[in-house]
Amino acid sequence: MIEVQSLTKEYGRFRAVDDLSFKVAPGEVLGFLGPNGAGKTTTMRIVAGFLQATAGRVTVCGHDIETAAVQAKHRIGYLPEGAPSYPEMTPRSFLEFIAEARGIPPGQRRKRLDEVIALLHLDRVLEQSIDTLSKGYRRRVGLAQAILHDPEVLILDEPTDGLDPNQKHEVRELIGRMAKSKIIVISTHLLEEVEAVCNRAIIIARGKILADDTPRGLEARSRFYNAVSLKLGSSELIAAARNAIGSLPEVASTELDEKNGRITAFPAPGKLPLAPINALAERQRWPLTELHLESGRLDEVFRSITGGAAA
Amino acid sequence: MNGVVAIFKRELTSYFATPIAYVFIVIFLVLAGSFMFFFGGFYEAGQADLSADGSFFYWHPWLYLFLVPALSMRLWAEERKSGSIELLMTLPLETWQAVTGKFLAAWAFTAIAVLLTFPIWITVNYLGDPDNGAIVAAYFGSILMAGGFLAIGACISAATKNQVIAFILSVVVCFILMVPGMGLVQSVLLGLAPQWLVDGLASLSFQTHFDAISKGVIDLRDLVYFGLLIGMCLYANSIVLELKKAD
Repeated sequence: MIEVQSLTKEYGRFRAVDDLSFKVAPGEVLGFLGPNGAGKTTTMRIVAGFLQATAGRVTVCGHDIETAAVQAKHRIGYLPEGAPSYPEMTPRSFLEFIAEARGIPPGQRRKRLDEVIALLHLDRVLEQSIDTLSKGYRRRVGLAQAILHDPEVLILDEPTDGLDPNQKHEVRELIGRMAKSKIIVISTHLLEEVEAVCNRAIIIARGKILADDTPRGLEARSRFYNAVSLKLGSSELIAAARNAIGSLPEVASTELDEKNGRITAFPAPGKLPLAPINALAERQRWPLTELHLESGRLDEVFRSITGGAAA
Repeated sequence: MNGVVAIFKRELTSYFATPIAYVFIVIFLVLAGSFMFFFGGFYEAGQADLSADGSFFYWHPWLYLFLVPALSMRLWAEERKSGSIELLMTLPLETWQAVTGKFLAAWAFTAIAVLLTFPIWITVNYLGDPDNGAIVAAYFGSILMAGGFLAIGACISAATKNQVIAFILSVVVCFILMVPGMGLVQSVLLGLAPQWLVDGLASLSFQTHFDAISKGVIDLRDLVYFGLLIGMCLYANSIVLELKKAD
């Protein structure tokens, strides 16, 4: 369990984190979303014990991160932003150092090392110095160091940044596999990542929590949630069709994309307009070329919640 | 203690994984030898003695003044610059463990460089009949003094991300701590300040305490001086690190 109570961090007069409170329970994969400068990294640094809060309290598995820092840090695996490491070391010597510094008993080190090396496919680069590795490999070395001691809590600051699509997929699978027994907090810019791995998302901006919900719950806040879009084969019918659809009781409003002739019908509150629109189209024998049920759009929700600040 | 050992081992191996170790050792050995033979007039003096004015140990404070800050400047500044400090400080270690581990590694490395001057010791034994006990004491004192220079440099390195600044500040601070104990400076100071002040400053100087040990006299006061100096600097290092680590 991570408990964050009224966390505040000030840099001089700038308040980076403003009275933040939340709890994360085992089994939760919490995605931290927010525009650049929202306070994501600062919050994670405080929870991981790198920074001291100006006010407020953080406990990790019952240990206060300030007064019982060492016990709390034993339970945390942390991937800092940019996955820093020691460039002159090889992945093997680096992981051996982390194992020793984290107090993994010598008898278990070999086994743990082999496990994370296999898990993150590091075997090909083990004896190469880290500064000669690609960005993707460096990130994976950073991940390996974070999970080496099989921590109860994982804090990953942008874990898939710089990875190619295959590697992203692998890392997300890995997070998904570890998710059942652990508490995982990740920060990301990528909304698709939230959908792929998180079962909870917190959107923060200017140091405050603006939304705390499941990814599906966030999608449901989108005006596109349950909206229906369609395209017609002949352009003369568009205006008439739009009027007909707009007069359905399940439809609150319609929009027409002038460029490609796509009509989008937004649902009236609590209604599902897909079936009535489909029935209408059949009755009128419209030459439909496309008919879609829209799901919510996270990016749109994100923009509307954070007030259009650049993501 | 395991944490200190882990950091110590990582740091010491990393010196030898980069050219730092080899460049440092070669330059140190070349300078230590050439100062003694060229400036010190070792052969002309005709004495199998390493502690006389101008001889081998006489030059050590001057060598350390520039070489030790070159070693200590990267200790923390580099970690802060590269961000690896975030990794280090989120390991389940106390700050003092990281500070001590890093310092001891740098000190051990310096000791290796100093002990690699052993051919000079062999040379004087071949040429004459020196007081080997005094030489051992002088080696011990020299390494102890290097620890003092290093602890100051480590503390200054923790205060900045910029290695050049760390280097220059360390040289200046070490220089200030060195000169009040030198005979020439003392006679100048005596014209400007009362005796007690000059003596007081001298007793705070590296030079005064090293001079005693390098003559082969190991006095408890000199050991306490270097011990306290190192301890205080490392304590300050921990505090500076806590304050500045995230800047």
